[in-house]
This record gives sequence, structure tokens and C-alpha cells, in this order.
Amino acid sequence: MRRKWIAPSAVVWLVVAAAFFLLPLIATLMFSLRSIQTNKCCSGAAYSLIVHDHQFWHTIRVSFVLSLETIAISLLLFVPTVYWVHLKLPRLRPVLGFMALIPFVVPPIILVVGLLDLYKGAPAWFYDKPYGILGFAYVILAFPYMYFSLDAGFRAIDLHTLTEASQNLGASWRTTLLRVILPNIRAAALGGSFLTLAIVMGEFTIASLAAFKTFPTYIQIVNETQPYEAAALSLLSFMIVWAAMLALLFVGRGRVRTAQVATTR
Amino acid sequence: MAWIGLLPFFAYALLFLFIPAGEVIVGAFKDNKGAATLDHIHKLVHQPYVDQYWLSIKISLITAGLGCLFGLLIAYAALRQGTPRVVRAVVTTFSGVAANFAGIPLAFAFIATLGTIGVVTTFIKDHLHYDLYAHGFTLFGERGVELVYLYFQIPLMILVIAPAVDGLRTEWREAASNLGASSWQYWRHVGIPVLMPSFLGAFILLFGNSFSAYATAYGIAANGISIIPITIGFYYSGNVLFDPHFAEALAFGMFVVLAVMMLLYVPLQRRSARWMR
Repeated sequence: MRRKWIAPSAVVWLVVAAAFFLLPLIATLMFSLRSIQTNKCCSGAAYSLIVHDHQFWHTIRVSFVLSLETIAISLLLFVPTVYWVHLKLPRLRPVLGFMALIPFVVPPIILVVGLLDLYKGAPAWFYDKPYGILGFAYVILAFPYMYFSLDAGFRAIDLHTLTEASQNLGASWRTTLLRVILPNIRAAALGGSFLTLAIVMGEFTIASLAAFKTFPTYIQIVNETQPYEAAALSLLSFMIVWAAMLALLFVGRGRVRTAQVATTR
Repeated sequence: MAWIGLLPFFAYALLFLFIPAGEVIVGAFKDNKGAATLDHIHKLVHQPYVDQYWLSIKISLITAGLGCLFGLLIAYAALRQGTPRVVRAVVTTFSGVAANFAGIPLAFAFIATLGTIGVVTTFIKDHLHYDLYAHGFTLFGERGVELVYLYFQIPLMILVIAPAVDGLRTEWREAASNLGASSWQYWRHVGIPVLMPSFLGAFILLFGNSFSAYATAYGIAANGISIIPITIGFYYSGNVLFDPHFAEALAFGMFVVLAVMMLLYVPLQRRSARWMR
């Protein structure tokens, strides 16, 4: 009973889905092209205003540097940890897997309340600067994505043989980790990094409640007075996620591996 | 002594996850001078907070239910036999993007589409002579928020359920029909029982996903929808008298709901892994 052609009901569902998911994107594009004077199509004024707004360049830079910081700390923290657990403490793997589910129970809206209370007396370089508390909090948001990605990467390689071979040849732990292990889990590390990039570039909850100016909070401020620019920025934000996912797909040999806990709502 | 290698990780998790979470739980039981009190918790079970929790839960139940239903149907349509392989690749990739496209930009995309001067709203008004907003439709209320949430709930469902749908082997279907089973009997005795643990697990995941969402609802209707995350947000933007311990009590209430969900999720996750080796 093998089907040669697509089932009619499948066509119906796929068309309905395409309409629901593409319509808002097309409409946002058309909305962003409306002229500020006439409210009609078509003008590129919204886009030209954005690229001449120094707040735009400032906030997108802050968000981008924040994502690089988050990725760097995450990799430094999680790669050795997951490596160590796989090598020496495999019985702790379920513990780490369980810990990676905890951000589900403590989502950003709860985490930020605790962080603000706990660190309110902290020095200004940590509490008042986005690269302080915000970056450190984003590492926690990235943790589930990084962990599931790295865990899958480490499971796919023969860790013990690689480590032994490297050490028999006289390599130090550092050399083993950087020159032997890391190249072998490159795809997993990159995959986790691109997901982290997508999260940080879109994170609003913590940034907003902690009163930092990042790219998403900038979009929100723009929307209060300039809806067409806000639409253009929303589209740009979609493109960033899209680029991150394509990059993920590219390094992951055609499979989207998504961690199950989503965080930028 | 191997556990020493895990110290940096556990220290970090302690400082930025466990202690802040503990702070919320402990803080919920403190008054503003730091003495122990049940006053804040007591306030949670009174109005308007009971209604706000209920609205949060209702929106989560509705969007998780519809998200699971449509997500499964779309996943099945994309992955079943006969559908070209390219459709599968497009649907899963797009789901990866859409499940991560949320918050403020998603809210504005929908406002640009279905807001009072949105593209679709004005198109329907100008060309079909039907004014959505004059006939009771609004994006800026509960129904609107639910509609927008579906934009990330459905793709998340597709991603989560795809391995289980793939796990429905064609051989099972063939074996069933060789033994004379009808399509309905196949689904009743094979398909649905195999999918059920994954489906329930996905439902919980989607519930939590919607329950803890803040940015999307804030972008659409910060003043028009009283769900708990929005109320917590007000305590930090100066719209209400600043009372951090009461915000912690509200967050504690959310934490309890999500913790119960997690306790239901873990065993389901284990069961659903059985068919996916």
C-alpha cells in the first residue's frame, strides 16, 4: 500500500499552515514599506530612518557583543564539564540532563526576579552594565540548548580512545581538550552557539525588567512612536533567527537539533 | 576526586540559577522588613490574582491544546508517505525558525498584520467591505494573544513530535492492513497508543512554554491582558508601588505550577523514548 503521490488531506493541511505562517511575514514586509506621510505603499523611508538611527547601531552592537560573550562563557563552562562527565562520571549524565530541564521550571520571568533581588547590592560594573549580570544570566538561558547539543556531540565520538591516544603521545589535558576533542565536537559546539546567538539577539524579558537597552528593548521603544520602523526591525529580527538556523543546519549536516526548552517568549 | 572537575559548573549554576531561584522562594515568605510572613502568599488566593492565574492557565491550556493538535496534523502531513522529501526539510527548518521567533518582533508582526491598521485588516475593510474591529474582533485581548502564541506553539509541537511521527513505521501500517485492520483500527490500536506519551509530554512542554511567556503578551497588549508574568513585570517598571517580595510571591506561584508540570513531564519523556530507538 505504498503511496506514490501526496495525500489530498496532507496538501490541505500544508497549504493552511503555509498561509498561517507566511501571511504575517508578508504583511509585516508590506507594513514596513508604507510611507510615513501617506500611510500607503511603497516607500523605503522606514529602512532609511533605521540605518541612520545611531540607537539602532548601538543596541544591535550591544546585543551582538552580549551573544558573543554568552557563547564564550557557555563554551568555556560547558565543554569541559560535559567532556568530564562523559569521560569520568558517566553516572552523573542523567543529573546534568535533569539540570538542563530546570530552566523550564525557572523561566526568565522568574529568574530575573530572583537575580535582581539577589544582586541588588552588587558593584555597579556588574549590576548596571549589560555585559555583567545580563550576560551571566543569558548563560543560564543558553544552558539547555548548549547542553543537549554538546551531549549529542560527545555521545557520537569515541571519547576514551581519543583521550588515551592523545595522552599516550604526551599531550597535556589542555592540548587534549583544545586540539583533539574540540575539533571532533566542532559541529555540536557551533550548533549550540548559533542557537545561543538566536536566543540572545531576541531576549526581551530579562533585559526589559532589568532596564537594559538591547536590540529587542529598542524595537519596543521604537514601536511606541514609529510603527513602520518597528515592523522593519521585526522583519530584521526574523532574518537574524533565520540566518542562525540556516547556519545551524549547515554545520549540523542537514538536521535541525532543537533543544526542547524555549526561552525568548 | 573526579567530581572536582565539575566544581566550576556547579558553582556557576548555584550563583546564577539555584540561589536566585531560592531567593524567589524564600522572598515570597518575607515581608518588606525581612521577617517571615504568609501575607503575600495569602494575597495570591484572592482577587485579582486568582483571576490572573486562571487566565494564564487558560491561555496556556488553549494554546497548548490547539498547538498540539495542529502541530501533529501538520507534522503528519509533512512526514507521511507520499509527501515529497523537500516538504519535510522545509517544514522542519521553518519550524526551527518560527519556534525561536517570538517575543517583541512576533508581537509587532501580528500587529502589522491584524492590528487596527494592519495590512490584512485594511485589506479586508477596503476590498471585502468588512470591518473586523467593528464586528468584535480584536488582536489586543485574550483571543488575539492566543492566536499569536500559536505562531510559536505549533512549530514547537512539530519539532517535538516529529521524531515520534517518524517512529510510526510503515511496516506497522502494512502489517495491520495485511491482518485486515481498517485505517481507523490502525490508529485506534497502533498509531494513537504509540504517539500518546510523546503527545502528552509535548502538551506539557507547550503549556509551560505559554505559561512563562512574557515578551509576546507584553508586545501585543501590555495593558490589555492581566496574566501573571505581565503583572510581575509591572512591579519592575514602576507602574505599581514597588514591592519586590510580592513580585516574588507571584513568581513563586508560577514556579509551583511549572514544577507540577515538570513532575508530570519526566516520566512521560521516559515512556516516549521507548519507541524512538
